[in-house]
Amino acid sequence: MDKKQDNISIPQNNVGITETKYFTFAEPPNELILDSSEKLSPITLAYETYGKLNKDKSNAILCEHALTGDAHVAGYHKGDKSPGWWDTMIGPGKAFDTNKYFVICSNVIGGCKGSTGPSSINPKTNKPYGLEFPVITIRDMVNAQRHLIDYLGIQKLLSVVGGSMGGMQALQWVVSYPDRVCSGIPIATTAKHSSQQIAFSEVERQAVMADPNWHDGNYYGDIGPSRGLAVARMIGHITYMSDASMAEKFGRRSKDEKNLFKFDPDFEVEGYLHHRGDSFVKRFDANSYLYITKALDYFDLAGDNELYEVFKNVKAELLIIAFKSDWLYPAYQSQEIVKACKLAGVDASYCEIESTYGHDAFLLEIDQETNLIKHFLEHACIACSGEKNGRK
Amino acid sequence: MEENNNKIEYKIMMDWISEDASVLDLGCGNGEFLSMLVQQKKVKAQGIELDEHAIYKCVERGISVFHEDLDNGLKGYPDKSFDYVILYQSLQQIKKPDVILHDAIKVGKKVIVGIPNFAYYKARLQIFFKGTVPVTPSLPYQWYDTPNLHFLSISDFINYCKNKNFNIEKSVFIEEQNIVKVFPNLFALTGIFLISE
Repeated sequence: MDKKQDNISIPQNNVGITETKYFTFAEPPNELILDSSEKLSPITLAYETYGKLNKDKSNAILCEHALTGDAHVAGYHKGDKSPGWWDTMIGPGKAFDTNKYFVICSNVIGGCKGSTGPSSINPKTNKPYGLEFPVITIRDMVNAQRHLIDYLGIQKLLSVVGGSMGGMQALQWVVSYPDRVCSGIPIATTAKHSSQQIAFSEVERQAVMADPNWHDGNYYGDIGPSRGLAVARMIGHITYMSDASMAEKFGRRSKDEKNLFKFDPDFEVEGYLHHRGDSFVKRFDANSYLYITKALDYFDLAGDNELYEVFKNVKAELLIIAFKSDWLYPAYQSQEIVKACKLAGVDASYCEIESTYGHDAFLLEIDQETNLIKHFLEHACIACSGEKNGRK
Repeated sequence: MEENNNKIEYKIMMDWISEDASVLDLGCGNGEFLSMLVQQKKVKAQGIELDEHAIYKCVERGISVFHEDLDNGLKGYPDKSFDYVILYQSLQQIKKPDVILHDAIKVGKKVIVGIPNFAYYKARLQIFFKGTVPVTPSLPYQWYDTPNLHFLSISDFINYCKNKNFNIEKSVFIEEQNIVKVFPNLFALTGIFLISE
């Protein structure tokens, strides 16, 4: 029997009603020192968990979200009609089987979905941070999460998984904390942002900053740069799809009545982008968008070193997944990661899934991802417990 | 390729591979042989395979595998980073077999090669009497639907190794489930070689 929630019925293989929890740390004098050497304090992380942590705390999986995601990855919030952003992957019997695993997802710092970010109150001024918020990096996000994992009492994660920016965090985890992760699953991601990726980020940021309502980030309590942010999101959505997926979804179809040459959106694809842009501004903070896209651009896992040198410390086994039609995070970037694994002797598998969905594929190619991840985790579980018994 | 754990070819290659060795299988298919090696010889296994569905099977078996096209060469590995590199029934399907063999011998301390013998007597008879391209148990495909790009005989491969100064340490020739001792180029369907620099 399905569980009922208001007008919708929650399917049985769902984690059900979930709630976001909050963890606050880095109270003075234990401020978190960021990559920029600035200090952030205090820090709140919004997070959700699903399934049960087992007795020896060896079944925990950390799920990392992408640019505009949040901690609500599975199940339903009370009163909501749609589930979390990767509900198809997390739940009883699913790829991340919550009957077996304890899944954690937290909102990144710099975000606006419950974790400390530019829209949070700056304790020094009692006003929202705005541009006073320090620059953050992917490594800062991961370092903050490590405090949450400590707080949850987990010494070693069974796996860290994520797509896109989530994949960058997964990679950062296995590099920064080699003894605290058994396996990593970076999906549709890169070890460093390319020039083209930075270029798209910059155009999106310029759209926000060119909006006269942005006011150098001091727009809280005002209408804010909603037009600019909507345009940024529209650009984003173009990069998340592929020529083929757009052709299939919209073709050249137009709305019922065409107002020829009026520059109203008459093609379906235009309407879609407008809708996506408009709904995005209701749920996302423009400054967070600026900070997080910068974090993406700064991301360069190896820095001045070669990636394989950085990978020499990696102890986790990796499952690297890319998608054929993804032109925002093209497969060659995953292959760079594979190459580093070969040179560094990191145990890894790589699959390039045939898909026409573009970058969005990591949210949509559920059967293929499930097929790979489910079995990968089963073997990672065995390898991890073997290691504990001193086999490796 | 059909699943058959009792294949005599597998047994022979298995005997050649030492316990706890590191093995790279080029064109590992669904990971069948590698998982036998892991179970019986505790090897550290890595596969490379082009077919996406075969990749799923490998992951299901717990075999580490990279989704790659060997036509692009064997890139990224340091020299002599594997004890054995295997090219079993895959060499004749690669665009540039010469390049991949050189790569394999660079990356592996030893290389195991398994090839279908085009000069098998029944193949010769088919060409001679029927005038058709041969179809045999080791070359089971029709001309219009075959993954094989190159056709070579056991003698061709032995001559090739001589020319390239590759040392053939061991070789075994097989017809169906039997080992062929005399005139292998005539009576064997398959040749398996252990070669080194």
